[in-house]
Amino acid sequence: MSAENKHIVSYKTFVSVWVILMFLTAVTVWIAKIDLGFLNVVAALTVATTKALIVILFFMHLKYENRLFKISVFITFLILAIFIGFTFFDVAYR
Amino acid sequence: MSNIHKDYIGSKFGMWLFLFTEILLFGGLFILYSTYLHKYPAEFHLAGKELNVYFGGGNTVALVTSSLFMAMSISAIQKGDKRLAIIFLGITLALAFVFLINKYFEWGAKFHHGIYPDSPTLLQRPKGEIIFFGLYFVMTGLHGIHVLVGASIIIYVLFMLKNEKVNKDDFVLLENTGLYWHLVDLIWIYLFPLFYLIV
Repeated sequence: MSAENKHIVSYKTFVSVWVILMFLTAVTVWIAKIDLGFLNVVAALTVATTKALIVILFFMHLKYENRLFKISVFITFLILAIFIGFTFFDVAYR
Repeated sequence: MSNIHKDYIGSKFGMWLFLFTEILLFGGLFILYSTYLHKYPAEFHLAGKELNVYFGGGNTVALVTSSLFMAMSISAIQKGDKRLAIIFLGITLALAFVFLINKYFEWGAKFHHGIYPDSPTLLQRPKGEIIFFGLYFVMTGLHGIHVLVGASIIIYVLFMLKNEKVNKDDFVLLENTGLYWHLVDLIWIYLFPLFYLIV
């Protein structure tokens, strides 16, 4: 049953996480209003990835899961990064 | 019921495996998006300006907040507080509908302007803009279907909480529903800047 590794995250932690996510959403909307050219893309994706990481670690409890979960999630995103990266080796140098 | 074997870790890991396939599904679409953004930057820029940041931003707030209540609902049932778990999950469900109603008006406004897949107005536009709106409808549409599926599962779990099939000692169904729901939030975290902000 579930009791053996039950880790209860406090409401306070979740609300703090939510405040940070809301703040990052405001930041990304604000940065987009400034014209930085290609850096706009970099900034937006950096903020989005930070938000994604926070959601995965706290809301999805990955911080409190065992190593199997952490490694699997890491490998999945690594594969996705390889897919996108290798596609751009081709696309970007045409 | 103690003679029934339940594999808690296995159940959650199975859910994660399913989520990995979802990540790769949307990942493929993100590759398509980024490749065409690279090919038609100017057209994507012009078409992207037509999307309403307030719709996109409002939906971001709705989804992130719904994720908060989903996460807190799991903490509540772990503490054995059935009433609070149901209230939190109910708020999550309400915010899912806020998202969908918002989407209805957003798409409705686009349809009103004659912009929908294969519409005569859209087909007169430059190729890059047609592709932008094509990706917009496919990706936010597929995401919207996920919101609808998530909302349906949440309704089911609400009943399971009510009749105590999901309880303090057996809450993996709620946790897995939460994982799915947070993934839906996760995908929106990328869709929002890609379609509404950077182009």
